[in-house]
Amino acid sequence: MSTRGMEILVGAFMAAGFLALFFLAMQVSNLGAVAVGDGYQIKARFQNVGGLKVRAPVSMGGVPLGKVIGIHFDPQTFDAIVTMEIDRTFDKIPDDTYAKIYTAGLLGEQYVGLEPGGSDRNLEAGSEIRLTQSALVLEEIVGQFLFSKAQEGSKPQEGTK
Amino acid sequence: MSTVLDWLAALGRAGLDALARLGRGHVLLLGMLAGLGPLARRPRLLLVQLYSVGVLSMLIIAVSGIFVGMVLGLQGHYILSRFGAEATLGVMVAASLVRELGPVVTALLFAGRAGSALTAEIGLMKATEQLSGLEMMAVNPVYRVLTPRFIAGFLSMPLLAAMFSALGVYGGWFVGVGLLGVDDGTYWSQMQAKIDLEEDIYNGVIKSLVFGFVCSWIAIFQGYDCMPTSEGVSRATTKTVVHSALAVLGLDFVLTALMFGN
Repeated sequence: MSTRGMEILVGAFMAAGFLALFFLAMQVSNLGAVAVGDGYQIKARFQNVGGLKVRAPVSMGGVPLGKVIGIHFDPQTFDAIVTMEIDRTFDKIPDDTYAKIYTAGLLGEQYVGLEPGGSDRNLEAGSEIRLTQSALVLEEIVGQFLFSKAQEGSKPQEGTK
Repeated sequence: MSTVLDWLAALGRAGLDALARLGRGHVLLLGMLAGLGPLARRPRLLLVQLYSVGVLSMLIIAVSGIFVGMVLGLQGHYILSRFGAEATLGVMVAASLVRELGPVVTALLFAGRAGSALTAEIGLMKATEQLSGLEMMAVNPVYRVLTPRFIAGFLSMPLLAAMFSALGVYGGWFVGVGLLGVDDGTYWSQMQAKIDLEEDIYNGVIKSLVFGFVCSWIAIFQGYDCMPTSEGVSRATTKTVVHSALAVLGLDFVLTALMFGN
């Protein structure tokens, strides 16, 4: 085989390899989903973050706007402080936005869902979301359900007396 | 009494042999790395080896990648549809390919396709005294013959593994989306949501770099260290495939435990 033909084939091999790596990075991984690094940080206090993890998505209306970059514990108020990074392109989020921790699907991962408020002022870097609702903890729900069932069960007995 | 001593002597000989082989292997590795400087002045040597190690392995890697991906799509769909979780088919296919199957199967195929060829070539060069001939002409055979082959194997493996994984993802897509009716958007979006660039893809590339290093090293060492007879070459070729496969599978467990086992 001529040297030139070999050079072309080796070049094609390397190009195909790097193309495959690029495809894996861009199309298969989460790199293309939300641009990371260029954003502003906001905070939210939750009484209970459940199973929320760092790098969980932050979304509004189902569209990812950013991600959770830190979860800390406040020893004074015993709250969990969740730091989120929001993409720079979404800079018009009202400051009375409501943050809640949702679960994606029955067994899915937890994420922070934002519901927009009606305020004129927008969230800025470092500002804190005041309206929050904690994660639903399955044991608490089951406990409440059992408790209410037990109460229902005891009422008819009172009625028969 | 003498049988016990014989047995001890045999054990000692085997242990010393193994240690000596290990030492020769590392000396050879250092020699090959010392050949990097001379290689940089003669990149054409590397080009020829990239052709025979990389380009000629592309076909088997591509075909295996597509079929492994298709089987993953089929089996994954069968299991996941029982739980109504076909939506996560893309994640399953991509994660298993990028993390495990891509690097490991590529390394096994590479050991069979390119590693055995390297061993046989170098072993035959030794048996026909071409390596000694080079030395007689004041050409260092390690720099001239072994270093380009080693570097070509080391560089080809991650590229081949990436091709394997990328084509496998398309194979799974073809079966899952094309034949079994999983939603196209869900396949990709679930995959993108769950596969992490650093956690999954970089670690896969690191794995394939390690496998490329080990497989090329084993293949070249077995060729260089073989008995210079036809039987010795055939035995060395077998050893290359067996040792590479064992090393890849063993290292894969260690690397996986280091990377993902937290």
